[in-house]
Formats: sequence, C-alpha cells, structure tokens
Amino acid sequence: MKSIHLTASVLAFAAATAMPAFARDQIRIVGSSTVFPYTQAVAEEFANHGGAAPVVESTGTGGGMQIFCGGVGADHPDLTGASRAMKKSEYELCVQNGVTDITEALIGYDGLAIAVNRKNETDWDLTLEQVYKALAAKVPVDGALVDNPYKKWSDIDPSLPDIAIIAYGPPPTSGTRDAFVELAMHKGCEATDYAKALKEAGDKDAYKKFVDEDCSRMRQDGPFIEAGENDNLIVQRLEADPNAVGIFGYSFLYENLDKLKDVKINGVEANQDTIASFEYPIARPLYFYVKNAHRGVIPGLNEFIMEYASKNALGAGGYLSERGLVVLAEDKLAEVQAALTNAVNMAPPEK
Amino acid sequence: MTDISPDTGTGNRFDWTAPAYRERVRKRRRGETWLRIAGLVSISLAIGFLLLMLVSLATTGYKAFTQTHVTLAVKLDPEQIRSDNIAGSNWRQIMQATLAEMFPDLDTAGLREVRGILSDGAQFMVRDRVVADPSLIGTTLNITVPVSDPFDQLNKGGIDRNTPEANRRLNDAQIAAFDKLVEQGLISTPFNWALFRNADSRFPELAGLKGAFIGSIYLLLVCFAIALPVGIGAAIYLEEFAPKNRFSDLIEININNLAAVPSVVFGLLALAVFLNYFGLMRGSPLVGGLTLALMSLPTIIIATRASLKAVPPSIREAALGIGASRQQVVFHHVLPLAMPGIMTGTIIAMAQAIGETAPLLLIGMNAFITAAPSTPFESATTLPTQIFIWADSPERGFVSRTSAAILVLLAILVMLNGAAIWLRRRFERRW
Repeated sequence: MKSIHLTASVLAFAAATAMPAFARDQIRIVGSSTVFPYTQAVAEEFANHGGAAPVVESTGTGGGMQIFCGGVGADHPDLTGASRAMKKSEYELCVQNGVTDITEALIGYDGLAIAVNRKNETDWDLTLEQVYKALAAKVPVDGALVDNPYKKWSDIDPSLPDIAIIAYGPPPTSGTRDAFVELAMHKGCEATDYAKALKEAGDKDAYKKFVDEDCSRMRQDGPFIEAGENDNLIVQRLEADPNAVGIFGYSFLYENLDKLKDVKINGVEANQDTIASFEYPIARPLYFYVKNAHRGVIPGLNEFIMEYASKNALGAGGYLSERGLVVLAEDKLAEVQAALTNAVNMAPPEK
Repeated sequence: MTDISPDTGTGNRFDWTAPAYRERVRKRRRGETWLRIAGLVSISLAIGFLLLMLVSLATTGYKAFTQTHVTLAVKLDPEQIRSDNIAGSNWRQIMQATLAEMFPDLDTAGLREVRGILSDGAQFMVRDRVVADPSLIGTTLNITVPVSDPFDQLNKGGIDRNTPEANRRLNDAQIAAFDKLVEQGLISTPFNWALFRNADSRFPELAGLKGAFIGSIYLLLVCFAIALPVGIGAAIYLEEFAPKNRFSDLIEININNLAAVPSVVFGLLALAVFLNYFGLMRGSPLVGGLTLALMSLPTIIIATRASLKAVPPSIREAALGIGASRQQVVFHHVLPLAMPGIMTGTIIAMAQAIGETAPLLLIGMNAFITAAPSTPFESATTLPTQIFIWADSPERGFVSRTSAAILVLLAILVMLNGAAIWLRRRFERRW
C-alpha cells in the first residue's frame, strides 16, 4: 500500500511541476474536419523529413476558431484549418485575445458531392431547385409555403425517376451541413417562383427571414436522414440501398468511384475541374490560418507552413491532389506562397 | 382409534389423481417450462448479437492483419546518395529508378502509372536502412516494402477487375504491372506487423496502433495511480472510521450517483478544470488519466466498500481483542483479506476506462500524430479514439483497419476481465 501511495504522490508532484514549463516542440493544429485529411498529409510528410510530428486535431471549423483565437503562447495552437473564411466575430475574438497577426492561406477547393449507387440506372441530373424541393422542411406549393408534400422524386418533376426520396446527409453540427445548406438549399430556394415573388414584394427583412429560416430547415419527416458525422457510413448505406442518394465531401466520392456515381447538378458533374472553376455549384474554398506571433518561436513552424504551401503539396499533381483536394491555379498558389513567406497579415473580415 | 380405516391413510386423504389437482400441477410445470424457455431465448439473443458483432468485425477486420508487400532490389548508387547527408538524398528518385529497372518495357508515362504501387513509406524504409548502415552504399539492397493501399485492396480482392476502367481506383496498366510482379513471385502477403509497430499514418498500409497503445498505457497508469489510492482511502474511511450520520449518508448517495453520471460530463469537467484553469497539455495522457480517474473513483470506492464489508466482524473483533489499534486492524487484517475483491473492482474499472471515448474526445485525445508519445505529458491518442479517427477516414484500407483495431481492443478487454475472474477465483476466501 505504502509504495502505491508513494507513486501516486510522486506522479502528482511531477505533473504539477512539469506542466507549467511550456516549451513546446510540436506544432499544434486544429480546425475543420474537411481540411483535416490534407493537414494530416502535410504533417506526415513533415515528420518523415525529420520534423517533430505535429499534433493535428479535427475540431470542426467553428470549434477550431474558438481554440485558435484563445490567445498567444505555447498552450494555444499555431494553425487552424477552415472550410469557410474566418467570420468577423471570430476575428474580433482573436483580436480581443491578442491574436492580431494572422495570415490567411487559401489552399484549394472542396466540392460537396451528391452521389448514388452505380447500380442505380438513372442518369441523375438535378437542379438546385429540385434538391431544395426534395429535402426542405417547407416548400412553396401553388403560392403558399406548406410542409413538404413530396414523397417521390417524380412528384417534384415527372422527368425524375418514380422512386421514393431517401437522402443521407450530414447532421447540423457538421461544417459540411452548413455548406450544403448555404450553397445548395439557399440557392435552390431562391430559385423558386415563390422566393422571387417575395423578393419583388420588396420587404427585405421578410425575405431575409424567409431565406434564413424556411430555406435552411431540412425536412424531418423521413426522406432526409441524418447519418452522423461519419461519411463512410453514408457510403455504406448507399452501397446497401441503390435508390438512396448521399451528400458528403467530394473526397469520399473520389475514393469510392467504383461503387458510387455522381449526381449532376444543373448538368455539371463534380470533378476536379468543375469544382475549381466553381462551375459545379456546390463548391467552397478551404483555408488555413497561421498565428504569426508563433513563427520563429515554435520550432519547425516556418518549415511546416512552407511544406504546406509547396508545389509538391498544393500544386497540380501534388500529394494533396492525390487525396482529393481540388488545387489552386498556379498564379493563385504563387500569391498564397508570397503571403505566407512575408507573413502578410489578413485584413479584418467584413462579415 | 379403531375408526381409522386403511382408506383414510395419508395416501387417500387427498386425491392425487383428481383431475383438478392434475390440472394445477400441469399449470405449475408449464409455468416453469415457460420461464426456462424465456431464459434460454434471452441468453441466445444476447449470444446471437455478440456473435453477429464479432462475425461482422472479423469478416471486415481479418484483411487488415495481413499486408501485401513487394520485394525490391534497390541499387544504392553512390552517385545518387549524398555522403554528407544520407537522409537528405533524393530517395524518391532512387525508388523510381528501381521501379524503372523492374519494368524495362515501360516508357515514362507508363512508369508514372506504376509508381503508385510502392507505399509512400517505402523510400523512408530504404533511407533508414542506409542511414543505420552506410556501408550498404554501392551495393544492391534487397528489401521487402509494403505496397500502397489500392494495390493491397487489389491483391485482397477489394477491387473488382470487371468494373469499367473509368470507375476503378486502378487502371488496366496498373493492374497489368501488378500482375507481372505477382508472376515474378515478388509479391508476398505476410502478417501486418505495421499494425502494431507503427504509429498513426494517413496511409492505411503504414498506419498502426503503437501510438494508441502507448497512449492508452500511460493513461491507464495515471488513472490507476490516482484512482486506486484515493478510492481505497475513501472507502476505508467511510467503511471503518466515519461516523454513521446524515452527512456520511449524503456522501454515500453522492458516490452512488457519481457512478451513474455519463462519462461525457467528466470530459466537460476536465476541459474546464484541467485544460482551461490549470492549463495542462491538451490531449496528453496525463489529462486523460486524471479525467478517467474521476470516472473510475466511484466504481472503485463502491467495490472496495463491498469487499471490506464482506470481511467477517469476528476478525476485527479478534484483532481488537488482542489489543490492536483500529489502524492496525484495518491495515494488518481487514485490507489484506479484502484485497482480491478490491483488485477485481479496480480491474473492471480499468477495463471500463480503457474503452472510454467520449470524455477523451472533448480533451483533444483524437489528434492525428505520426509518432508515439515518449512521456505522459505529450499529446497522444488512445485505442478507442484511434478507432474513432480511422472510422472517419476516406481510404478503403481504413475500413478493415478500424475493425481490426476494434478486435484488438476487445482482446485486451477480454484479457483484463479474465484477469479479474482469475484473481477472484484464486484469492477469494469464504467464511
């Protein structure tokens, strides 16, 4: 018994004395789960070339910003990944905590794919309006907003297949869901005659309220199924059910092209070219943010950032494109590299 | 007493053969049969679900216990290796030259297609061998390296050759190149040691559980070192010394309550106290161990109190009778006798802790780190959080590795629970 007591107190003492000494030799990265696989790749490459293995944590874009903006010093992370640009409120939080020197780096684009099983014989091609009508909680029918009455795709448009609407998608906590609502549902909603009429009526607040509330709510009556944060689960569900569609990041479609096929949106299929050109409508930019106050203090941080922005990683044919990242055009990449090299601080975001 | 006729003897006072009585007996027996059937059905259901889980894990997981390798003859040309900086030489190019020699009939474009056969880690394996033994430079090194995940899938039947080329992860040229290697006998499928020897990686063929193992061990050590002494101390005081009054009743209720608090609550507590207030290292096994120690404390206290209670009062009284102090009674007599029960409770609490995930996700133990931690103060992952990370990775190879990791975790749990049963059988005393 005595020896156990002793070990415990020694350990507690060691813990109490060792922790406040903060010198950290590992880079710490938080942020978006969409950017996570790319940051992972760079971290591994960096470690393979002799750097101390960085600690990469997937916290989601918003969660990452919270931690990243927590302050300057070794117990705050050096980098955060984001699947959207930093918001004004987040920038203000950063400034409030003394994180004033931040460089923003655009690393590429990500598409949200809508996919079905290859066994499904229909050549799927939806407009965003059809996507909205299939998945929203409330849709306009004959000039009035009603609970979504559509059970089959053919109810929305007779040219669509006569099968029940079943869609697996991300839950509200996911950045992918935010992006889907903003990029697909809002645009589809705004394309309806009802929305156009409301906009012409001129009541800006009413219109904004309509978009923010009625266009954003996914239906809860069965056809839209929240499949959890795990995109692999959605892929497995689609394999089992050839009539279901799934919504997830493009990299999961890219890895499973033998089993799944893409649903075209407005006649455009999701691939690296259409996502980079934003021709495919459900595409978004990916970023990472660097805390410049940590550069030169945390060992290896500068080298890590340069590895991230190198042609070898971000360029066409680089190892991040092998993982499904839609890469930047060459001149854009040069701009990003220049901004990182010179530690150019980002301008405060406008919204 | 003469009126007692033979007919009124014990046998006939009650008519055992009457239909009404028979009916009652039948009813009782029927009741018993039903109870037995219900018991059997629930047991078989439980076993059925367990088997279903094990079978589904095993059918996806078994593939991850082997890994396709290719044997290469790497020419270590002194001109290509910088003698002043061996590690900094262009190893990628050396590997590409090796492949070019293996496929002499392919042009540059064709070679680019087959480059993907080698795992990204292959060049570093060759590099590390040469760094460890520079005398290899100038010779030809025969080395067996893993192939990349798509080719591993091809070898294990995960890629259907009949799928149209455009929808396949590998094109016809790549499959032809792989088949050529198979014909030459260079492809082998040995046991996947990388699964146990490597830390995490973004490449399934290189990813392993070493970092998670070490993280879990550190975490358990911290948890054990804190929860056991504190738990036993609290239990001894409550059971042997504390006065029985309202206050001690309140404490008892709270401890029983704590045992039922969802683990994620402890995670939130740890986030607020250990990380934000004390500023301990995010994601370190130290913080994880402290959190899980809080979680296992009630279990240990309850188990310890139960085993202290089970020690017969005669032993305490005998010791007190020959003049032992209260403290001597506890430490010389009661505690040693209660130890098997305490250890069993502790092991079960530890088994619970090793499989705990939710609070660890909140304190950042689900980070991606390609190196195992060297102290409990560095960020690390644990087995369940590693499973969590792998389950969310897009590469096909991680699907089977997730199942394999779950099987490994289950094996550890079986061992821990087996140890608890063994301890109980071995040392238990009945009075």
